[in-house]
Amino acid sequence: MEFLVGTHFNFLGHRRAAFIVSAVLILAGVISMIAHGGLELGIDFAGGSLVQVQFEKPISAEAIRGTLARIGYGDAEIQRFGGDREAIIRVADQGAGVDVAGQVLEALSEEHPDNRADIRREELVGPKVGSELSRRATLAVIYALIAILIYISLRFEFKFAVGAVAALVHDVLITLGAFSLTGREMTLPVIAALLTIVGYSLNDTIVIYDRIRKNRGRLHDRSFVEVVNTSLNESLTRTIVTSLTTLIVVICLFFLGGEVIHDFAFALMIGVLVGTYSSLYVASPLVVEWEVRSEARRRHRH
Amino acid sequence: MTSNLRWRVVLVLVVLALSAWRASYTFQYFSLTDEAKDQMAPEQLEALEGRSLRLGLDLQGGMHLALEVDKEGLPADEAKDVMDRAIEVINNRIDQFGVAEPSIQREGDNRIIVQLPGLEDEQRAKRLIGRTALLEFVAVQPPSEVDLVFRAIDRALLDTLVAHGELPPEPEGDLPTAEAERLAREHPFSSRARFLQDLPFFPVEDVAWVDQQLERLDLDAILPTDPDAPGVPRYTLAWDEESRTFQDGNEYLAFYVLSSEALMTGSVIVSADVRAGLDSKHPNSPGIQMRLSRQGGRIFAQHTGEHIGEYLAIVLDGVVYSAPVIVNRIPAGTPASITGTFSDEEARDLGIVLRAGRLPAPMTVVEERTVGPSLGRDSINNGLRAMMIGFVLVVVFMVVYYKASGVIAVGALLFNIVLIVGLMSGLPVDPKPALTLPGLAGIILTIGMAVDANVLIFERIREEIRNRKTIRAAIADGYAKALLTILDANVTTLIAAAVLLQFGTGPIKGFAVTLSLGILASMFTAIVATRVVYDLVTVRWRLEKLSI
Repeated sequence: MEFLVGTHFNFLGHRRAAFIVSAVLILAGVISMIAHGGLELGIDFAGGSLVQVQFEKPISAEAIRGTLARIGYGDAEIQRFGGDREAIIRVADQGAGVDVAGQVLEALSEEHPDNRADIRREELVGPKVGSELSRRATLAVIYALIAILIYISLRFEFKFAVGAVAALVHDVLITLGAFSLTGREMTLPVIAALLTIVGYSLNDTIVIYDRIRKNRGRLHDRSFVEVVNTSLNESLTRTIVTSLTTLIVVICLFFLGGEVIHDFAFALMIGVLVGTYSSLYVASPLVVEWEVRSEARRRHRH
Repeated sequence: MTSNLRWRVVLVLVVLALSAWRASYTFQYFSLTDEAKDQMAPEQLEALEGRSLRLGLDLQGGMHLALEVDKEGLPADEAKDVMDRAIEVINNRIDQFGVAEPSIQREGDNRIIVQLPGLEDEQRAKRLIGRTALLEFVAVQPPSEVDLVFRAIDRALLDTLVAHGELPPEPEGDLPTAEAERLAREHPFSSRARFLQDLPFFPVEDVAWVDQQLERLDLDAILPTDPDAPGVPRYTLAWDEESRTFQDGNEYLAFYVLSSEALMTGSVIVSADVRAGLDSKHPNSPGIQMRLSRQGGRIFAQHTGEHIGEYLAIVLDGVVYSAPVIVNRIPAGTPASITGTFSDEEARDLGIVLRAGRLPAPMTVVEERTVGPSLGRDSINNGLRAMMIGFVLVVVFMVVYYKASGVIAVGALLFNIVLIVGLMSGLPVDPKPALTLPGLAGIILTIGMAVDANVLIFERIREEIRNRKTIRAAIADGYAKALLTILDANVTTLIAAAVLLQFGTGPIKGFAVTLSLGILASMFTAIVATRVVYDLVTVRWRLEKLSI
């Protein structure tokens, strides 16, 4: 069984439309982020305490909040976690030495003695560590992008590198936008997912660049636009198949992997979809635009 | 067959055998039921555990602590090895706590990372580890000195209250006499205290107020200092650990005016054991009995001989636990004891802490992540389930799309997983890489991506076949042309993983490690292993048509 062989889509002919689609997606995300005053930060970056409690019997969020208010945590964030017996309680940083989890557990046991509460997970991030992690996360993404820029410039040409990095930034922005639109939190695993997407999306892009390079040598009588179009069509099968298999696996993670890894899987899912799209409709078209315009300028000068 | 092919076959088989052998330990260990574990000899079980894949705290359950050491105020020579000493002390304490495979590591200039897998009682562990445990024997000042101190505080407090326009607190009793009111106004501090046997006590309800007021005053400036050593504080103030009920039925907490210089510190303690019945007031409560060194015993004897009738306080982390009155000279060799409102567990932990020594500098917990065992188990189950279903789906797709070649690719996938597990459990690095939940996701991701290398090769081969090359030529050319592309593409993901490795801690590092290993494994299997299979098939069995 084979599919998509011998296709002749005019990818580059639609590139204006594709740029508009990309712009719209990015804009939607950016507007959402501005509207929410930035991204929702998990305690990994904002600092604070997180307690995940599981109850024997279902309990309402209001009941939990009532209990918390009595020990001074009335403005804690309470999130449901997979069902009505489990909740995640998030409290801002209380200063060193305060045992938030212990206090919460005690208060809950006192007020609801017939509904036993268990701490499944607790996390505490001091404010210094939180801002440190934010800094390191941002730096990590920047370093990765720079390293990639250098690597591709060496293997191909600078304009190819710019196209690739632009596609990556595009992917990261849209993924972050998706997070903002769905109200998900940025945590360390999400950053890991973003970096993975960066690496993975690049996979695609490089395979296509490789094709372009080979075809450029082979088809030196055709225009650059035709060369790229042909290359994209030739790589289409492989791109789709790889994305498909990776997507199968990530979708399994998303639906079956459990709540803890859920946001991470979401980031990967969006990333794989957008990454594939950007390899076809962002990276190469940008390179073409650059090349076409510089060619036009060269001709103009002569 | 050519010798080149023979070497390659051998290489692949050797790698396969080694990985399968290492991975088998993991398989063995994790398929043990709890009863089987109980039945095994502990050394055997430990050895098996050591050889198998290590699970991260988020899958095993356990506690991860990052402690920051406060080096402020330490003399330069002490500051240099404070980190090593702190690690040693924590090590001792954890040793006695009894956690399997704890990990204590230094991070940067002033942080210590402690990992305790399988820990059940996080509160206790945190208390145990973070406790400074500075034990001191300090002389309690005689009444004349106490008087001086109280008056000094009175004056200063009065000034402060007037300066802020605040009123002194209400005097006791429902109908204060004029005298009581005057006292309260002129002696805002000492009027709140009651004296019993020369020791000042404050009502338990006033303790917070006292602390507040004392914090506002610059005690070093107000309190009288040693005429021979101006500027050096002469007194320290401390509360008792336990309140007392007076005859009027109310609870009072003793307030100690201590000498600022300790007579002896915990370094003179030779042994600290938990014993019951040390305190006649609480005959059933446990307490700590300490034996002092010879030098400690001598100092003890000398001081008690010279200060009969005064109190000697045993202070732990700034709180007075015992303050017996010195009845007569205590000869060297007599044990000292700490008693208080301890539970058995608290007494035991206090013993541990005293035996392991005090922390050379105070520490704060700046980061903590604890996962309960139930959540860990759930995470493993969910992760494994997702992995198996994903694997099955990918296998189905590969076989349908690439037919027999798809089967070879699936074999490569399985080889991959075995390789990853083998590498993770067998690599001689310290600390051993641990499989975390993101790491498990990384393996799952690798399953999807590993297919990629195969896809590149197969699509290339298909192309060559379409260009009417012979089977052997098609395979050779397909592999050759795809190789560079595979390398390029995977290097970029490796760059991203390398960056993650650098900046990540804990679960993120685990993810970067498994992702990197997964990519390397998939490159090996796709480029070397599957090629060997193809070559074997076409050379030995002289295949004319390829099922691809």
